[in-house]
Amino acid sequence: MEMSQYLDIFIEESKEHLQSMNQQVLLLEKESDDLSIVQEIFRSAHTLKGMSASMGFEDLANLTHIMENVLDGIRNEKLAVTQNLLDALFVSLDHLEEMVLSIGNGGDGKKDVKDIVGLLYSIEAGTSDASQKKLQVGNKASHAVFDEYEMTILKQSLEQGYFSYQISVELREDCLLKAVRAYMVFETLEQMGEVVNSTPPVDHIEQEKFDREFQVTLISKEKSETIQNSLLKVSEIDRVKIESLKAESLVLNGPEVQSTETDHPASREQPQEKPVQKSSAGPAASKTIRVNIDRLDRLMNLFEELVIDKGRLEKISKDLKSNDLNETVERMSRISSDLQDIILNMRMVPVDQVFNRFPRMIRGLAKDLGKTVSLEITGAETELDRTVIDEIGDPLVHLLRNSIDHGIEKPKKRLAAGKSEAGTIHLRAYHSGNHVFIEIEDDGAGINRHKVLERAIERGIVSRELSKDFTDKQVNELLFASGFSTAEVISDISGRGVGLDAVKNKIESLGGSVTVDSAEGQGSLFSIQLPLTLSIISSMLVKAGEETYAIPLSSIIETARIKQDDIMTVHHQPMMDFRGKVVPLVSLGELFEVPETDRNEKERRSVVIVKKGDKMAGLAVDSLIGQQEIVLKSLGNYLASVFAVSGAAILGDGQVALILDCNSLIK
Amino acid sequence: MNGQEIKVIVFQLEDEEYGVNVHQVKSIERVSHITRIPRTPGFVKGVINLRGIVTPIIDLRSRFGMEEKQADENTRMIIVNTDDMEVGLIVDAANDVLDIPAGEIEPTPEVAGGINAEYLDGVAKIGDRLLILLQLEKVLNREEVTQLHVIGNQG
Repeated sequence: MEMSQYLDIFIEESKEHLQSMNQQVLLLEKESDDLSIVQEIFRSAHTLKGMSASMGFEDLANLTHIMENVLDGIRNEKLAVTQNLLDALFVSLDHLEEMVLSIGNGGDGKKDVKDIVGLLYSIEAGTSDASQKKLQVGNKASHAVFDEYEMTILKQSLEQGYFSYQISVELREDCLLKAVRAYMVFETLEQMGEVVNSTPPVDHIEQEKFDREFQVTLISKEKSETIQNSLLKVSEIDRVKIESLKAESLVLNGPEVQSTETDHPASREQPQEKPVQKSSAGPAASKTIRVNIDRLDRLMNLFEELVIDKGRLEKISKDLKSNDLNETVERMSRISSDLQDIILNMRMVPVDQVFNRFPRMIRGLAKDLGKTVSLEITGAETELDRTVIDEIGDPLVHLLRNSIDHGIEKPKKRLAAGKSEAGTIHLRAYHSGNHVFIEIEDDGAGINRHKVLERAIERGIVSRELSKDFTDKQVNELLFASGFSTAEVISDISGRGVGLDAVKNKIESLGGSVTVDSAEGQGSLFSIQLPLTLSIISSMLVKAGEETYAIPLSSIIETARIKQDDIMTVHHQPMMDFRGKVVPLVSLGELFEVPETDRNEKERRSVVIVKKGDKMAGLAVDSLIGQQEIVLKSLGNYLASVFAVSGAAILGDGQVALILDCNSLIK
Repeated sequence: MNGQEIKVIVFQLEDEEYGVNVHQVKSIERVSHITRIPRTPGFVKGVINLRGIVTPIIDLRSRFGMEEKQADENTRMIIVNTDDMEVGLIVDAANDVLDIPAGEIEPTPEVAGGINAEYLDGVAKIGDRLLILLQLEKVLNREEVTQLHVIGNQG
């Protein structure tokens, strides 16, 4: 069967299921007696099994199958939730993830899962070693048997006036492509209702592991004759037998088969419980559609074109001075800014997409390091542009690892310091103005000023004399210097001191900034500030000589005009007075070697005061053109890093203007 | 030889004719306004707006150490695409498309047309025309851009 068209969906959904399983297993670790969680995991595992079997990924299907058995054991209270079992589940999830990833990268998703399957088997066997066999026996019985989940569905549908049928289909003896015919049968059935289960299981049927006959349980509103007729239209089918199922005839499989009458009331209660559980556990039902991210990117690109053309129109209408045209263009501008909001919103994704893998990671790391750490996440629903989300994962991982490795102390040390045994890391995200903040706060040892300085001096990052006057803030900044690592033992967890340096670079490349605050003995706080979106920015257009440059408004404090006489010189560096502060004055024309015009003869000069953090500089330009929305475009791969230029924008007249990167202008 | 042919776009620099594989050529443009990029090596002329895509432009003459030439009505920008990079090459003229039998391509002599052999893919003789085939990956070596860029910064 040609499955490649479903592959993307398969991978996407598998990832979602894995993520949800990861989360639920973590929850289960906290509340090991909450069986509704097990139910959730089971459901995901079950779906995953079905999907991977139908896509032909055997190893995936096998592993999920045995996981399902173990989960079933927990659900039926045959197995207790032990640390052992949880670890095994986590390992299996890791394996599954690896396989799905491999499939995503074009691999075959094959992986040796014998070890973990064996482990799960032995866990399962710990209490009911025969249950696997019984299941097989059960399958061969003439009466269809159902697990509890399927039972519930069947009973519910019966109550809601659907019919349940046990359909047995026999293929012709000379049928060559049994799996294909079976697939057609399934497809026909699925058009009329829902297939609940099949004997042998779907994956066996897919692999032609059946003789000539198979049974399917179907929920449908159709009459049995209709179903029979449609099925007989499938060629190479010998015989179709349809039996209607009554509520009383439903039998639970596995160990339940032998269960006594007293068990039945319990399982009867299930249906009433079920809908409540479903509605509370399932995601809130809002009308959504899945859209390929490429399409959104394309929409964004087209919109960017529109913004550029809008700029062109604005220029034309200004030149033509026609009232009608002006009005129309203004109206169009308003609509386009609304449109921009909507499109940007569409590309927003909750940071949860990044955050949700952290609890797993923290758990693993804390275990490896012999520390007890709890991670408190707030604001996971905060939204960020997808491009930012894609990039922010690695820096956050680094910072979190850093907090666990260097921040949180070992339990003994914590107790000695009068703290609780378990360390806490707060991961917070929130909106503020045009920015999103992400904070990582731990209640660990904090930053040791002395140690940091010693290390920095040792590494030649600062000199001893200079370091004496350093404020705490300046000392903390040293952590982000390249080639710096304070952990006494280099561990593979927080790396070799390339970490924080890389974090800083990455975040700055996203147009954000990162700061650290710390109180020794009480913990540290890393704070990341990120722009809401990357691609459309408000900017000030300026001229130097004949060239036009754009300066992002976000890094402009204000503009001023100064007299030539007001320029001072300190150590050959021109300086200017800005509200009582002396700030360096840089000529954009000289900095960028702009071909000379008459710029030095002017009496007064326009200056743009730009900032980086709390540092400022004056940028002398020849003239200010005005404010404009521009679309940030990259200079292309060939010119990956250009001094003090973060990209280019296409202006109203179709020409390209470079966008200044004030961060690299101010050192 | 098995009679395979490669299609090349032919362009001129000084008095020599050069060829690049047609698969690597996206379009051929007339010279339009180029925005200069400060502090880049001399052969990087800047960027243009190529139908909404900001595309870097390099002067092939100056890339190969020849004297630059004022643009005239024959001057063209060949937009090429290699290694995920889109770059425009300024050439004296681009006026021909040729099929070259693979067997006609000879290994590169040490120097051809004053260009170092490492930038060349071979030389093809078509009748009495001599065609120098460029190895774009080398010509558009990014390291050289950044290296020169660093030196430029220091100076």
